[in-house]
Amino acid sequence: MDADLLVSFLTSAVRVATPLLLAALGETLAERGGVINLGIEGAMLAGALAAAIGSTAGGPWSGTFAAAATGAILSLGFGLIAVAAGANQIISGTAITLGAVGATGAIYREVYGSAGVGLSLPTFPVIPIAGLDRIPLLGPALFEQSILTYFGYLAVPALWFLLFRTRWGLALRAAGESVEAATAAGVRVKRIRIVALVLGGMFAGIAGASLVLAQVGTFAEKMTAGRGFMAVAIVVLGGWRPGRVAAAALFFGAAMALQFLFQSIVLNLPYQLFLMLPYLLTLLVLAGGVGRVRSPAELGRE
Amino acid sequence: MRAERSLPLISAVAAGIAVLAVTLVATGHDPIVALGAMWRGAFGSWDTILSAVLPRSIPLIVIGLGIGLAFRAGALNIGAEGQFYAGAIAATWAGLHLNGWPGPLAIAALLITSILAGVLWVAVPVLLRVRFGVLEVISTLLLNFVADALVSWMVQGPLQETKRIYPQSDPIAASARLPQIPGTRLHLGLLLAISLALVLWLVYRRTLWGFQLRATGAGPLAAGIAGGIDTKKMIATALLLSGGIAGLAGGIEVSGVSYALFQSLSPGYGFTGIAVALLARLDPLGTIATGLLFAALEAGAGGLQREAGVPAVLVYLIEAVIIIVVLLSDAFARRRSDGRF
Amino acid sequence: MAPVLELRGITKNFGPVQALHGADFILEEGEIHALLGENGAGKSTLMGIAFGLIRPDAGQVLVRGTPHQIRGPLDARHLGIGMVHQHFTSVPALTAGENIGLTAGWSVSPGALYRRVRDLGEQTGLPIDPAARAEDLPAVLKQRLEVLKALATDAKILLLDEPSSVLSPAEAESLLTRIQGFRSRGMSAVLITHKLDEATRVADRVTVLRRGEVVHTGPASAEPPARLAALMIGDPGWAPQRASRSASAGEVRVRAQGLAVERSGPSGAPLREATFTARSGEVVGIAAVEGNGQRELLRAVAGLLRLSRGELDVSAPVSFVPEDRTSEALIGEFTLAENLAMSQGQNGAWIRGPWLDWGAVERRTQELLDEFSVRAPGPKTPAIALSGGNQQRIVLAAALERQPTVLVAENPTRGLDIKATAEIHARLREAANRGVAVLFHSSDLDEVVELADRVLVVREGRVIELPEGATRQEIGARMLVEVLGAS
Repeated sequence: MDADLLVSFLTSAVRVATPLLLAALGETLAERGGVINLGIEGAMLAGALAAAIGSTAGGPWSGTFAAAATGAILSLGFGLIAVAAGANQIISGTAITLGAVGATGAIYREVYGSAGVGLSLPTFPVIPIAGLDRIPLLGPALFEQSILTYFGYLAVPALWFLLFRTRWGLALRAAGESVEAATAAGVRVKRIRIVALVLGGMFAGIAGASLVLAQVGTFAEKMTAGRGFMAVAIVVLGGWRPGRVAAAALFFGAAMALQFLFQSIVLNLPYQLFLMLPYLLTLLVLAGGVGRVRSPAELGRE
Repeated sequence: MRAERSLPLISAVAAGIAVLAVTLVATGHDPIVALGAMWRGAFGSWDTILSAVLPRSIPLIVIGLGIGLAFRAGALNIGAEGQFYAGAIAATWAGLHLNGWPGPLAIAALLITSILAGVLWVAVPVLLRVRFGVLEVISTLLLNFVADALVSWMVQGPLQETKRIYPQSDPIAASARLPQIPGTRLHLGLLLAISLALVLWLVYRRTLWGFQLRATGAGPLAAGIAGGIDTKKMIATALLLSGGIAGLAGGIEVSGVSYALFQSLSPGYGFTGIAVALLARLDPLGTIATGLLFAALEAGAGGLQREAGVPAVLVYLIEAVIIIVVLLSDAFARRRSDGRF
Repeated sequence: MAPVLELRGITKNFGPVQALHGADFILEEGEIHALLGENGAGKSTLMGIAFGLIRPDAGQVLVRGTPHQIRGPLDARHLGIGMVHQHFTSVPALTAGENIGLTAGWSVSPGALYRRVRDLGEQTGLPIDPAARAEDLPAVLKQRLEVLKALATDAKILLLDEPSSVLSPAEAESLLTRIQGFRSRGMSAVLITHKLDEATRVADRVTVLRRGEVVHTGPASAEPPARLAALMIGDPGWAPQRASRSASAGEVRVRAQGLAVERSGPSGAPLREATFTARSGEVVGIAAVEGNGQRELLRAVAGLLRLSRGELDVSAPVSFVPEDRTSEALIGEFTLAENLAMSQGQNGAWIRGPWLDWGAVERRTQELLDEFSVRAPGPKTPAIALSGGNQQRIVLAAALERQPTVLVAENPTRGLDIKATAEIHARLREAANRGVAVLFHSSDLDEVVELADRVLVVREGRVIELPEGATRQEIGARMLVEVLGAS
């Protein structure tokens, strides 16, 4: 395989991995606090639509802020239902996603009619980082990306610091390991979980924005296609640690990017196989229990 | 997951309709006109009832029963959509090879194949849960997407019609089709759905196994320690049965309505089924009622789109609101009975 | 001079149950004040209010004369109130340093944090390795961590909730001695306990709580112990009916040889080597402090945990009464009848082929309710509506319904008042007299001494058999663990 093809594969892998990374970072926060947020798929989708609408109105930055706000609000709703009121996390998260699919579908048709968004949506350009992008192979792949990808790069160490070097992060981790012990130590468990969810929702919204404004370039119904759920698997694979989550996200991005690679190499395989690949890979990874780190003990408990 | 304790269906549904009305007003539609269109879409005539509402209720009831069974054991099967498709694929394949078989035998063979396919489709998540403790929520969910892709491949490849024009299969053998009430789209599947509900009701109420299923879901620790129940086995069994029932729903749909396989055979039955089961408090007889309710909602949504131009996909939002209201009322009821806060 | 802590007119209801009614409590500066009362009297509730875990329905909390709203442990911490709880409340997966830092609100950067923890260890004479994970610590150090957490918050008011359930008798004594020493640093302590001798041995003053009301308060030496006991129970004439042993030890029903079991759960500890027997007709008591492996031993005998080494023979059927009745023995939302049906499984008399006869279940449940004096409206009452004592009665009834050969009980009288406790003891003794081999553990050493025919001490995963007639002192001495150079 020639170098050009490899570089373009790696570049698309990173680009495709960006929404996965951002969503997974958000979910990491939520799960470190002991909450599984399946509404993340809905937050991402709603964020994507908000990004499209916002960008049409005021450019890609407006779109991104709108997306972050939308994701945060949806996750706040989830937090109020699942944490404050104490309803079943799994089902309420699924319901949020279901509702988001319905709402975005309806709003999309109302706002854009049957013509759809089209390709006139202002998007984020690729910003090459001078110098770094000259590194052979990895240079263009890592450093000729959009601003949101670079935001992702910065978010990884920032989140690590938040979780492991601040008092808030310690309190969050305590809440995720033992509600009883955390409460006795003075942590306001419900409150800190909801804050983590809102932050996570922001990330999910921005993930949706990156999908629309930095990858695909337009919005289509149900366009997230399970990426939010993939993010949940990425968090498991990454052992709930930001650095490893990033690596896992890249791995998944590569798996998804394989679709495009194989379309250039003529093979007698149905393309649907490549559609299935990321999901099957997720299952394989979960089955293989790669790096089976213990999950936060409160995860999945009522 | 509480299996009894009735909450007025009304308030949850009312909340859903209220949200719909608000959305309608916000998007500039006349809610009265729109709701009228919804009503007519479902109950406007005998024809709509027999051909739009009842046939739609069958997969909803069956899937609702399957999901309810799993939920009773505390197993969260979110993959009914994929299991439905697995059943539909298998049923189509079988149906294409059943020419010349006597009617009842052909139908039975087809349905059994669809059940097995559903069981197979959920077997991987079961294995992942039992061996590695992987949450079945994620694994069943992911397989939905795989099933989607699988259907796409089937109808453009191995199962595509001989004419090779459209992405759909050839029609299945006539002997493998469930008989219909002439003049309508209502087929024998309704009887199957109701029978299944009755059988499950009996099992839950009067057998030790059915009771142990509920114990596993309500208090897995106590069920294991005080009840000596093998909770792992119970959950695995519940998931396998649940998948089989969802697969059966796919088979019934192919054998009774579509007679063939194509991409959007299911307008999200697997997800609506969750609402159907929850709203019925996981009770099999209640599931018949809620299945009919949601069928009416979706038939109405079709009317909404046709007459008032409101996107039908909005019905998902109503379902989500209903689920959330039910969950919240459950949560608040638990709070009240706790005494200690 | 204002008292350092004062609770005035505290009232608290949990639903229909009145836990506290107009209770007053005063802690003077520099004193050790025992809050005495039987289980269920309201002691933990009262101190829980002082620590911010519970919100009172009426009344005031004053710290050094100023009223305060204590909304949570954080507020309590800011007011200089620290608490050592009845069971381990450390986050298992975090390190000792992180646990202490979390409770005390210290900065998290490892270098500074670990230095502070080491300093604290030196100052208090209770050193601990800040980098060790809480769940990996041996029992003694887990106990020490609990104390350090409270001391790290610069607490001047220390609330000790039933310390002897978490500390071995020797450690509890040594802690109390240390606190008496801290008095010179301006520390005052409340000792919450249901054990008379603990209170009188160490406290300056005593307050007795009974059914949510304060019935006595005054210097510890002023009243004779018998009088205090009577005040606690409120029925001067009542004394527990000691059922006597009528059977002698018969066949061996439980035989363990070199038994080893891996630790179960984050607060457990591995059982390293256990060799013992239990015979029909005898009550074998296990004396151990939480976290020494006794839980693993009992659960292995009950068939819930697998052996990692050794041999274990147990004659079936075995019934198990777990420690946590609300989550391990009963399903709260199920009715009593349903709980009974669940406990008997396939062996229920109401099972006919594949069918379950609910009518028969309900009838039998009512019979058991009467036989075991369970106060409940009927078989269709949800289990969660019953008080702790009544719940435990029905749990024991269900366990005995199995006609077991061996009965294993974990802390069977935890949280029960004196009368309920006496009843449970009587039932266990009755079962033994009928030939059942009874094996039980209590974290209350006195209970073990009183009820058991023979005592086994479990210490750091090893079993030490004591001869019949061993005294409390002898047993307590065997439970003592030497901490070898824990840094």
